Amino acid sequence: MAEVQIKNYTLNFGPQHPAAHGVLRMVLELDGELVERVDPHIGLLHRGTEKLIEHKTYMQAMPYFDRLDYSAPMAQEHAFVLAAERLLGCEVPRRAQFIRVLYSEISRLMNHLMNVCAQAMDVGATTPMLWGFVERETLMEFYERVSGARMHAAYFRVGGVHQDLPAGLADDIRKFISEFPKVLEDISTLLTENRIFKQRNVDIGVVTQEEAMAWGFSGVMLRSTGLPWDLRKAQPYDVYAELDFDVPVGLNGDCYDRYLMRMEEMRQSLKIMEQCLDKMPEGPVLSEDPKIAPPRRADMKTSMEALINHFKHYTEGVRVPEGETYTAVEAPKGEFGVYLVSDGTSKPYRCKIRAPGFAHLQGMDFLTRGHMLADASAILGSLDIVFGEVDR
Amino acid sequence: MENALSELASHIEGELSTEVIETKIAHGELFVEVRADAIEKVLVFLRDDSSCKFQVLCDVCGVDYPERPQRFDVVYNLLSLKHNQRVTVKLKTDARTPVPSVVSLFPTANWFEREAWDMYGIMFSGHPDLRRMLTDYGFDGHPLRKDFPLTGHVEMRYSEDEKRVVYEPVSLVQEFRKFDFQSPWEGTEYVLPGDEKATEQS
Repeated sequence: MAEVQIKNYTLNFGPQHPAAHGVLRMVLELDGELVERVDPHIGLLHRGTEKLIEHKTYMQAMPYFDRLDYSAPMAQEHAFVLAAERLLGCEVPRRAQFIRVLYSEISRLMNHLMNVCAQAMDVGATTPMLWGFVERETLMEFYERVSGARMHAAYFRVGGVHQDLPAGLADDIRKFISEFPKVLEDISTLLTENRIFKQRNVDIGVVTQEEAMAWGFSGVMLRSTGLPWDLRKAQPYDVYAELDFDVPVGLNGDCYDRYLMRMEEMRQSLKIMEQCLDKMPEGPVLSEDPKIAPPRRADMKTSMEALINHFKHYTEGVRVPEGETYTAVEAPKGEFGVYLVSDGTSKPYRCKIRAPGFAHLQGMDFLTRGHMLADASAILGSLDIVFGEVDR
Repeated sequence: MENALSELASHIEGELSTEVIETKIAHGELFVEVRADAIEKVLVFLRDDSSCKFQVLCDVCGVDYPERPQRFDVVYNLLSLKHNQRVTVKLKTDARTPVPSVVSLFPTANWFEREAWDMYGIMFSGHPDLRRMLTDYGFDGHPLRKDFPLTGHVEMRYSEDEKRVVYEPVSLVQEFRKFDFQSPWEGTEYVLPGDEKATEQS
């Protein structure tokens, strides 16, 4: 039989595809079933967050950060308030720091639950998704009880958090901490030794240390190559320095390692949460400096000055001294950075959001090259992409 | 921490005396301003020098200062895993002068530079694929420039008559309202319309 020249086949993956984790359009160039080239087209969820932030006061800008990575909202808020606090040079009460760390870790659980279960779904397992989302709902209830919102909490403030924990919440979180390992164990039983899950993930999407650094990877993606780099350890913020936890690292840098690390990180998060609850002192949860935080509601009812102060806070906002900073936190997905430039007014002059997913998605091309088409969704799942933060 | 940073700053200044314009330490962070045409050399030095080892490029972004002749800052945020340090490298450029692309040094710069081009119209010479990144296909303008209106220029809707999505100029029932919250005793200028003519004559 005469040889036939077969042309490469171009395939549009998304933007409406359940495994695209949002609105990703990928133009895949296929040679048979092998992926030759990947060109992700992003920006379909672009909302101009950075432009909007330039027109809002610092307090009004904060809720936009919930809407970036909407699977772990408070981790983003944390980066922004830390950046603003660095420019203001203000002290944060210790209780507030513990609450912020507690909620950052709750966010990490929410994110990893979503990611692990969605990754399992991408490679064909439905049950973990259903089990994981029951627990996610419990975590969202914890969000709701402090802020009134299940997802877009807007709970952190420059100088602390908005309100103290309501009565009884700490006990319920403790109850969750004691019960959750059982669920993790159940999910792990379904996946860790599952033959199909391993076939789909082991040795897929391998990253080396050099590649990870050159492509600006961070978080689980970087640690999966064996580099023990975690900003919570390396450049601790709030009270992370006082807490005892381990950072899991991978050996092979493949999708399966990343799954195992996310499972282990969830166990470590529980450890951090428990320590936060144990060590949390009593006291104020928001800075008492009238230049930084608005007065408490009760003061406003009795004091004229407090009322004026409140009015100024909610109209003009806090003036942040001129300066610039790049502040990063270890968000569940990796290094989430905020490059904040202030010109001395009450609105940020420039707020660049460095999303971990943006750098990771860029690596999609070299990660997927030479893999089968079906592996593209497994790799995409393990990259942990959320379009809210990639497109901003 | 501060000590290590100032040591690093003087090391960088010493080695790159012609390329570096200014170094600054603020809030425990090091900022280095460099000449635009020397950015590649500076980043190679920062990446490979044994006391720098800034091997991770976290972020590249633009900042717009329309009142300056060289209106854009391009900001590179670098991270050294070895020494656990960060440095911010900045350079100035305008809308016409291209900045040498650093994609060959840090492949991750590819999308970040595309984004800076998209958002600010900063050109990068030698970039392999300088397409728009985040805005719509066929978008016109650079939205993060300070002179680009917050509301944009066009809006989009599905037209039932034409059976497709159409773009139309933005029409707002109410303009975006910008309030001036400056306290009257903190330097508001009271300008009555027509007053400027009186000062011109005198």
